[in-house]
Amino acid sequence: MENSRRGFMGKVLGVVAGVGAIGALYPMKRTWDPLPSVKAAGFTTVDLSELEEGVLAIEKWRGKPIFMLKKSAATVSAQTAEQTARDVVVDGQHYLIAIALCTHLGCIPAFSEAKKGFLCACHGGEFDISGIDTKAPPPSPLEIPPFKIAGSTVVLGETGPEYEKMKEAGVLA
Amino acid sequence: MKELKILAVVVFFSLAVYILVEPIAHGVMHKTIDKQGFAYKDLPDVNKKGDATRGKDLVMGAGACTGCHSIEVAGIAPTMDALTASSSYGVVPPDLSIAGAIYDERFLHALIKNPAKALDVEHKFTPDSGKMHPMSSFGGAGGDIDQEIADMVAYLKSIAPDSASVTPTQAFENACGRCHEVRYTNWTQMGEKPKFKKERDSLIYDANVLDYQDNLKKYMGKLPPDLSMKYGARGEQFMSTFVENPQGLLHGTSMPRVGLNAESAEKTLQYLHDSYEPQAMREERDRTGLWVMGFLLILASVAYLWKREVWKDLH
Amino acid sequence: MANFAKANSVEEWLDQRLAIRTIRRVMSTEYWIPKNVNFLWAMGMILMVTFKLLLVSGIFLLMYYQPNVDTAFDSVNYTIMQDVAYGWLWRHVHAVGASVVFLIIYIHMFTGIYYGSYKKGRELIWISGMILFITFSGLAFSGYMLPWGQMSYWAGMVITNLFSAGSLELHGIVEWVRGDYVPGQAFLDRFFMQHVLLLPLGVLGAIGLHFAALRLPHVNNQDGEEINFEEEAAKYKAGKKKESKVMAFGNDFLSKDIFVLSVFLIFFFYLVFWHYGFALDPVNLDPADGLKTPAHIYPEWYFLWSYEILRPFPKDPGLIAFAFSQVILLLLPFLDRSPNVAPANRRGPFAIWFWVFLVDMIVLTAMGKLPPEGIFNTIGLVAAIVFILLWVALPFITKLEKRL
Repeated sequence: MENSRRGFMGKVLGVVAGVGAIGALYPMKRTWDPLPSVKAAGFTTVDLSELEEGVLAIEKWRGKPIFMLKKSAATVSAQTAEQTARDVVVDGQHYLIAIALCTHLGCIPAFSEAKKGFLCACHGGEFDISGIDTKAPPPSPLEIPPFKIAGSTVVLGETGPEYEKMKEAGVLA
Repeated sequence: MKELKILAVVVFFSLAVYILVEPIAHGVMHKTIDKQGFAYKDLPDVNKKGDATRGKDLVMGAGACTGCHSIEVAGIAPTMDALTASSSYGVVPPDLSIAGAIYDERFLHALIKNPAKALDVEHKFTPDSGKMHPMSSFGGAGGDIDQEIADMVAYLKSIAPDSASVTPTQAFENACGRCHEVRYTNWTQMGEKPKFKKERDSLIYDANVLDYQDNLKKYMGKLPPDLSMKYGARGEQFMSTFVENPQGLLHGTSMPRVGLNAESAEKTLQYLHDSYEPQAMREERDRTGLWVMGFLLILASVAYLWKREVWKDLH
Repeated sequence: MANFAKANSVEEWLDQRLAIRTIRRVMSTEYWIPKNVNFLWAMGMILMVTFKLLLVSGIFLLMYYQPNVDTAFDSVNYTIMQDVAYGWLWRHVHAVGASVVFLIIYIHMFTGIYYGSYKKGRELIWISGMILFITFSGLAFSGYMLPWGQMSYWAGMVITNLFSAGSLELHGIVEWVRGDYVPGQAFLDRFFMQHVLLLPLGVLGAIGLHFAALRLPHVNNQDGEEINFEEEAAKYKAGKKKESKVMAFGNDFLSKDIFVLSVFLIFFFYLVFWHYGFALDPVNLDPADGLKTPAHIYPEWYFLWSYEILRPFPKDPGLIAFAFSQVILLLLPFLDRSPNVAPANRRGPFAIWFWVFLVDMIVLTAMGKLPPEGIFNTIGLVAAIVFILLWVALPFITKLEKRL
């Protein structure tokens, strides 16, 4: 009776064991997830009133550097509508808030006062004062992180109506 | 059947080892005392009906409770910050807002009359030691002292919330939290540690806690342990009876009997259980366990049927 | 280069390159197991699976464990137990697995002793098995250091002190083993290394040796009967499965193995979910404190018998007795002088020896945990002496044994 090796119950057992093996993958996958404590720490609050006009500040959010630049009135008036659409406006003041990682391969671009923009040393990419890419290779503007305005502070990691509006306008990145 | 007999032998010897090294050996090693239901029968029963209005005057009176204790609900703020208080008294005198809800009435009465006796720490404050309990005994206001104390207790009960509304965290903070830290719930002897944006502020907070702990160490003899894991390390029976009667389990300890009523003691224990094994985790464990058991029962049944199918050809 | 014809199936393709059909035949379909065995013969498979459970759970624990004296305790008891999703599951599986693996090892060992499965060509099976036992002991001990609780610290202190070899006072060796004067950072790091790399490699190697040693002599059977495997296998292959005294490992024996295994897993996971306390000693839930010894310290249950052989004697004789207990089991195949391969109960005086030995081991285990006071001391001392006498007497008892 050679067929006993491939008997019906043998197949059923194989299926049941397979289901068990797949079930065991669930806790394994969950164990690899970011920890709740890591997720809970994924918010950064910045008091915008402490920023100085025209001086670039770098904050940290979820381990990533964030550019924060308070723009002068002169800078704003010289901007195109496309550039202004990416400004975060609090109490009439315009700010650049963007993840400081080049959208090409993730290097940190340097701020150039002279050029009124950002230069990435890795592969020569350039961004303007609103983080819009002006020279390849970066394929898109610097990404704007989710934010929520609360008084004169901004909470990175939460989404507020201003952020939603930018998202709808499609200017986030 | 022969295999079942063999299994019985294996199970017998395995169980014998288990019973000897677990329940029996641990029973010999750790003495236990019976639960008394937080009744404090050794303290006198006071059958006097208190009057909260008169009690209020006594509590607020000169040289009485509010000289040291704050009562937030009655608008009485602490006279000094926690660190200064700990250097004066060894430990922060508790706020009395919910004292009437969480402490046993008989205990409160005895406490006001003679703190060291009610707290069961008289061995620390003998005349020879030259030390006095930081809370002084209430000497009476000229009338029947028992009636006066009953009035004070009545007042404390009148301002306290309904005992059912006290949360485990509140019960814990009042009963244990001024002497014990709980790292896993972010609790220090000075309260829950806030989030600081600046490293320096966080370090200053930690330094203050260290100073507080030094004062506490002087007062208690040694630093009371962190309670994060104690529920697991000592077990429910020990924790419950230790809270109720510390001297009964650890003779000579400077841990006072805190005098919780049964309801608040249960909440305090719940807090300690949660810091060791959060309830959500316990529920997840039971749920996962049932799934795994269900699966294994199916697996075993199918495995048995397969074995029968294969072995048909062998015998 | 060999001539590779076009393959008609994945199996054939693999067979051409890896000879999987030959491997399957040699390892499974023509690997012969006597029919006359009981469920105790499935303990090897159960051990293998328990080891795998330890390996898998260990991998996930390793992802979050921090081998640092300041953070180790909290990384285990807070991060893994409360923060990591299903971290508690891996910890419970690992802790319960570490305990249960020894229960099964002991059952496996006593099965071997009872049926005489260490003689007549099977000596290396026993010896490699004992090597596995010793390696697992090292794994258990080094793993016990990692949570850096009170029991970790003080067990580390006490056990490494054994290396001073009593009156020889070789304190330099103790410090060398620890990398410090007391168990500290260097100590934790080196035991961590042993636990996650060195000893698991050792176990894998020893498992290979254990299986290889089994190949030629074949497994024993319930009556110690010498089976002509070629002849019986020929019968089986000729289709006379019912007449043959042997069966194939796959799927004949395997089907029973898997059934026994799944029953074992029910027991195992019951412990994991609802009865894990015995594997997470409460004393070790207090963080390590080098200035305070716990009121009671004791090893995990599987080390208790050898601990109790050390304890009731004065320092030097105790150490000698302890060393004796560690090596003597390894020599069993040579101390048993009887040519009989049969269940202990048919072997006259050896039957008494076996059951006395088993009970003595259990008594030693119990006394090893109980506090060393009063009557427990005396019982422990007697049991330790009985242990030594049993092994001294074994060659004589078996020499006198009648040939069956």
